[in-house]
Amino acid sequence: MEYFLQQLVNGVTLGSIYGLVAIGYTMVYGIIGMINFAHGDIFMIGSFVSLIVILGLFSVGITWIPLALVLVLAISMMITSAWGWIVERLAYRPLRNSFRLAPLITAIGMSITLQNFVQIVQGARVKPLPPVITGHFTLMEKDGFAVQISLMQIIIIMTTIFLMMAFSWLIGNTGLGRAQRACEQDRTMAALLGIDVDRTISLTFVIGAALAAVAGLMYLLYYGVIDFYIGFVAGIKAFTAAVLGGIGSLPGAMLGGLVIGLIETFWSAYFSVEYKDVAAFSTLAIVLIFMPSGLLGKPETEKV
Amino acid sequence: MSKSLSKHTPLLDVRNLTMKFGGLIAVNALCFEARRNEITAIIGPNGAGKTTVFNCLTGFYKPDRGAIILTDKDGRSHSLERMSDFRINNKARVARTFQNIRLFGGMSVLENLLVAQHHKLMRASGLTIGALLGLVSYREKEREAVEKASYWLEKTGLTNRADDLAGDLPYGDQRRLEIARAMCTEPRLLCLDEPAAGLNPGETKILNELLLDIRDQQNISILLIEHDMSVVMEISDHIVVLDYGCKISEGSPEHVRNDPGVIAAYLGVEDESEVRL
Repeated sequence: MEYFLQQLVNGVTLGSIYGLVAIGYTMVYGIIGMINFAHGDIFMIGSFVSLIVILGLFSVGITWIPLALVLVLAISMMITSAWGWIVERLAYRPLRNSFRLAPLITAIGMSITLQNFVQIVQGARVKPLPPVITGHFTLMEKDGFAVQISLMQIIIIMTTIFLMMAFSWLIGNTGLGRAQRACEQDRTMAALLGIDVDRTISLTFVIGAALAAVAGLMYLLYYGVIDFYIGFVAGIKAFTAAVLGGIGSLPGAMLGGLVIGLIETFWSAYFSVEYKDVAAFSTLAIVLIFMPSGLLGKPETEKV
Repeated sequence: MSKSLSKHTPLLDVRNLTMKFGGLIAVNALCFEARRNEITAIIGPNGAGKTTVFNCLTGFYKPDRGAIILTDKDGRSHSLERMSDFRINNKARVARTFQNIRLFGGMSVLENLLVAQHHKLMRASGLTIGALLGLVSYREKEREAVEKASYWLEKTGLTNRADDLAGDLPYGDQRRLEIARAMCTEPRLLCLDEPAAGLNPGETKILNELLLDIRDQQNISILLIEHDMSVVMEISDHIVVLDYGCKISEGSPEHVRNDPGVIAAYLGVEDESEVRL
């Protein structure tokens, strides 16, 4: 029981990170119907920018952790958003009216480009960061096994909950959110109502990248090591999460992230660490057999 | 003439509009005008090129030749054929509806009307940052937008359906909601593509009243494509008749009704004697 609780805490933490990245996939799919394979690498860039900024801040003497973290978060979100914007502007917008597969292939190319770029400028070796946030709380203790939740885990889970609430509010209640939903449903009609569709799409990429930056920072602080390749694995997992939850559905992406995080953690804990990815992807396959549009996705009904 | 100078210039001036699809000439050197505060109807048999004209007006097609000039009240003119789609609505203020209804079915009725005011709201919110911070100026604008939406909901008799999904409304209500949504963009020219299609006689009557109200109370010009003659003849100030992409007649409802060329185009020459449009 204690062991289970501990794994639950770990799983929810991992799921939070996946969920934040998955939102980026699902939002972009919703609005332009393409899978942005470069999104995982945007997450990786978010991680690297965070690392660079943290080390920079420490070197100029800003060592008070809360202030440093807020600054890192803000700067990293801004820079990573700019990357998201640039990727959309350079690689996807010129192909907006091309055939369906074109932006998809470009996305894969973009992903490889970003990976190699970071590999060249930052080196291929893993980059460590000494633990910045330490401290943990013991939830319960029995027979010498203590269920612990670290301060870092609390921060990750709380930040994710806050961001998801803020984000749902943004989509549900603001003009931008309405415009996004309108573009999702009928882009030409939205343009005829005076909505700048290109700008709305750009903002979608920017928001997705900002969330990925937060996830990247949390990943960095949680695991303490990053390399240029983390975007690929995390990206595939988050993409799986988005599809599992029903691609195009925002609550679906959050739920999917949580489910994938939990499955991975529990499988590692009770069965074998080596096969945790197999477990995650098998779950996806099984869910898609019985629910082709994912857990929360709406099936596309065609009116005849 | 007592009319002011700007009254003289038509709101919309279409000159020599030509649109080809491969070898097919859908619209051929078409010239017509839509005057201020009038309802101008474009009629013609199926395939005459009416919707193509609309598509050129609203930026879907780039015409092969010709000019589409909209002159606003201050005398500024906008060349619609050179503008991209969303600017046609933002700058030139042309709104349109579609033959097949294109509401945002997954959004509520009210949201459909708010999204039409997006341009204004977006500017007020400073790209949503103001909205996130809950600035007073943004809330004020949002409130105005809701007020405007409520006004049009009342006009179209949809007030008690405001929170329903637009896709769940019955057909006739959806038609009216589309007009309400177009009106929320504060257009100078409202282009309606077969607004009466599929409506029963009662609903058609309500539609007529709504369109007359838009012309008389809101002082907005309407360009109308319609097959239902009870609509066209009753409310139009001016009718343009197309056939095979060419203008074959133009004038008041009375004039067009009795034009032998129009009758021939609609029903074939032999039946000319029996026709009553």
